[in-house]
Amino acid sequence: MGAAQDNLKRTGLYDLHLELGAKMVPFAGYEMPVQYPLGVMKEHLHTRNAAGLFDVSHMGQVILRGEKPAQSLERIVPQSVMALAEGRQRYGLFTNDDGGILDDLMIANRGDHLFLVVNAGCKEADIAHMRAHLTDCEVEVIDDRALLALQGPAAETALSRLVPSAKDMKFMDVAVTGSDFGELWISRSGYTGEDGYEVSVRDAHAENFARALLAMEEVEPIGLGARDSLRLEAGLCLYGNDIDTTTTPVEAALEWAVQKVRKTGGEREGGFPGAERILAEFDNGASRRRVGLLPEGRAPMRAGTVLFATADADEPIGEVTSGAFGPSIERPMSMGYVAIDYAATGTQIFGDVRGKRQPVVVADMPFRPATYKR
Amino acid sequence: MKYTEEHEWLREEDGVYVVGITAHAAEQLGDVVFVELPEVGDTVSKDDEIVVIESVKAASDILSPLDGEILEVNEAIVDEPTKVNDDPEGEAWFFKIKASDTSPLDDYMDEAGYKKFIG
Repeated sequence: MGAAQDNLKRTGLYDLHLELGAKMVPFAGYEMPVQYPLGVMKEHLHTRNAAGLFDVSHMGQVILRGEKPAQSLERIVPQSVMALAEGRQRYGLFTNDDGGILDDLMIANRGDHLFLVVNAGCKEADIAHMRAHLTDCEVEVIDDRALLALQGPAAETALSRLVPSAKDMKFMDVAVTGSDFGELWISRSGYTGEDGYEVSVRDAHAENFARALLAMEEVEPIGLGARDSLRLEAGLCLYGNDIDTTTTPVEAALEWAVQKVRKTGGEREGGFPGAERILAEFDNGASRRRVGLLPEGRAPMRAGTVLFATADADEPIGEVTSGAFGPSIERPMSMGYVAIDYAATGTQIFGDVRGKRQPVVVADMPFRPATYKR
Repeated sequence: MKYTEEHEWLREEDGVYVVGITAHAAEQLGDVVFVELPEVGDTVSKDDEIVVIESVKAASDILSPLDGEILEVNEAIVDEPTKVNDDPEGEAWFFKIKASDTSPLDDYMDEAGYKKFIG
């Protein structure tokens, strides 16, 4: 084993993953389970039909304290954090001065502080970014807690056996609750398009908590492979693939994530990095857009597939950023960026797959409707 | 049965070679979601990329193990790619080839040799 392998970090559930027969791969600096013996396809379908348990402990958990942490955080995100009610969570973005996306994150209002969950691959940079820009806040990195996601139609039934109050939560509610596994930080959210929860549990209790869930008939462990096809069916972006510092919120079709109060004419208009470009794109549109893509054939169009307007055009009009087979929709699916003239739903374009131009149609996302408990 | 280092198996049936991928290869690939086969009547050369197979993980090429002509292809695995995972060394064969030169077979492994090869 090379030095690179030795430098990979492990989550507190590493031994449990091995015991469950996981195939481990490097991901964002961690050794993570890509699949278990069930396999990607069956893990995906099990999550849609019952409940899947995901170890997402590699993600960054951060507490932000200060006089007015919501007001402070608004200096580096285009979201309305001040209007986020206590006990609620919302999706957010760290933007840079060019209007690009540094990371996407979850922001929860827990009364006297904010709780943030950021991507594993960006967490060090995010923390440095917050410490540099939020000098009026204390940025506390939580490094003694695992994060587990329980997703699927049976997630409520399963988690409620351990935490009865979980069933009273609605989509994007957050709660801090005592349990047999110590204090749990629960949100009713996830990244699969399914109803479900993300639960932060102290390392000392994490394995027992995971085992208690896995002992239930409805629950199977699910790896990163199925997490990817689940989020893609749900039309959700993977940071580093579908969004990054070269894509803006409007190009990325994430307008819904920016509240009116931060846009032109709003009470707290602008005031975040890249506001000039981002607000101009809200007003005038962007030159390209992230869209859903459904290949007409059965071959998946993977990330990197170059897109063309016609079967013989020379000039590319875009590129696929994520592509896979969708086990629930039983067909290949992709998302990618296309020039704005080709972004309308129903537009037929072509992708270069192994030197052949294959037809693909711009489609609405999600490919499979979400089943959140609102 | 003969095996290649590309994880294909070849089985002779009445002077024609039936070709597929091994159970080991199918397991490594993960769930197969797409198969593209050559055309019946194609003349192919050894090491030509004649099959594309896509799994939940990635795309891979399958090389022709022999020079010859494609006599038959297994459309059942095009319609239902998961058969490749269910029965890779039986029902889910890929194509039948009439070899114009069988000398490469001498270099291919027998079952014991292949088992050693995959460790």
